[in-house]
Amino acid sequence: MNREELLQHLQERFSDAIVGVYEKSAKRIYIQIQADSLVRFAQFLFKDIGARFNIASGVDGRTQMEILYHFTVEDIDLVISLRVILPKTQLEIASLTSVFTAAHWIEREIHELLGVNFVGHPQLTRLLLPEDWPEGVYPLRKDYKEWDPNAIRDRGV
Amino acid sequence: MPRTILPIGPYHPLQEEPEFFILTLEGETVVDIDLRIGYNHRGIEKLAERQAYDQITFVVERICGICSTSHPFAYTQAVEDLLSIEAPPRAQYIRTIVAEGERMHSHLLWLGLAGHFLGYNTIWMWCWKLREEILDVMEILSGNRNNYAMFKVGGVWRDIREEDIPVVMKKIDSIIPTLEKLHKAVMDDPVIHARTKGIGVLSKEAAIDYCTVGPTARASGVARDIRKDCPYGVYDQLEWNMIVTHNGDVFDKVAIRIGEMFESIKIIRTCLSQLPGGDIECLVKNIPPGEGIGHIEAPRGECFHYVRSDGTNRPVRHKIRAPTFMNLPTFKETVVGGAIPDAAIVLAAIDPCYCCTERISVRDTKGQTVYSGEDLIKLSQKKTEQIKADMGR
Repeated sequence: MNREELLQHLQERFSDAIVGVYEKSAKRIYIQIQADSLVRFAQFLFKDIGARFNIASGVDGRTQMEILYHFTVEDIDLVISLRVILPKTQLEIASLTSVFTAAHWIEREIHELLGVNFVGHPQLTRLLLPEDWPEGVYPLRKDYKEWDPNAIRDRGV
Repeated sequence: MPRTILPIGPYHPLQEEPEFFILTLEGETVVDIDLRIGYNHRGIEKLAERQAYDQITFVVERICGICSTSHPFAYTQAVEDLLSIEAPPRAQYIRTIVAEGERMHSHLLWLGLAGHFLGYNTIWMWCWKLREEILDVMEILSGNRNNYAMFKVGGVWRDIREEDIPVVMKKIDSIIPTLEKLHKAVMDDPVIHARTKGIGVLSKEAAIDYCTVGPTARASGVARDIRKDCPYGVYDQLEWNMIVTHNGDVFDKVAIRIGEMFESIKIIRTCLSQLPGGDIECLVKNIPPGEGIGHIEAPRGECFHYVRSDGTNRPVRHKIRAPTFMNLPTFKETVVGGAIPDAAIVLAAIDPCYCCTERISVRDTKGQTVYSGEDLIKLSQKKTEQIKADMGR
């Protein structure tokens, strides 16, 4: 299946789930999808197409949180990024741990750094932050304020 | 049988990535492993949001002392993808040469340490002596033995001088005989076979499920290499082979890395002999709003960068994924069920930071220390001695 066939197939199969498709270049495609269709979309890419899950990137916006799930289809040299937009009022999305084990760590990371709740993750505990870090403080958010007066980590660069 | 908890890590002054493994043992068998990371989390993704695009190249170079080319390479690829530009051919060749030099020194460093863990200190000395030659080559090419500072968005900072090429060629050629000797010594040694074959096996299904990358995946028969599949630099214009093996054990991971060093030599030689003329950078005036992805094959596997710009001189978001992030969780598959003398080499086999193993201490359930970190390496070395004695060598 080449790039055009794959894209057409995705648009037919997930016509209800796709919000928009942005073809950045010959090797990069961004597909914005409905949040509730993420698991079946990822399942199709991983199991049927044989794409490899690279990583997920959480991007904090002013009013919304974006999560990009990057997949590489190595046979056709294509990186597909699924874009999911969550409202700041309800930061919840289904976990992909049921589809592949590789999602375990990155979902824990996004959970603690950006405060997104992954529903169905078996062990949504801290991965990077220390144990004395206060609950509900998310360091990668844009509105993060240094909470520890003794910290040397945020004295400006 | 009573269970023993064995904590490994988290700190050592030499570590570049501190990790903490908690092994649960029944007798000598590992029955569970718990991993904890984040002990040296430096918040580079957050830091990058406050740096100009040119400064980030230097910040990401300092993520890892060993992969100091991989991160700037992936980052510049990401920004160039955002800009839809490509560096000039000469810059692409220079980038490829530097990246392959780094792969060689990284693999040699790993092979030396693997030899040390197995009790073969001769291999360790040989490898690190050979690595000196590579570092000399890197010094000639970039002016630095490490943290080469070669990469910039749109090209490279420093050109390769014509008069340096014969010197580098000679040095590269002088490595080959020693490397071949090393290859034979490792591949034909029955003791190394006994210590590494069938140990720490990662099945192909698990390698795909964990989305492993680099030599860890290729040792399990997953024929994926970003250099072949998603070519960047000049890898698609050169003749070279992807090394794939199928057993997924420690021996295969050693074999892949040795094989890749010969391919790296081939790539560096070809690149130097057909280095085209021309500019080494293209002018980048400003970064428009948009997003870009760069991924390259680092010595340990795919290194992935995502950059989002809003049109200012700093990125809104810069996501970095190092290869070890995907490879580390596989310890749940490879270490569990094995014996404790094999743990040191299995943990080292994916090439994470091996210095962790120097901070090992074994405790019984009352918290009393029984073994120190050095003892665990000694335990591994003792097993090799035992096998040697059994074989009558």
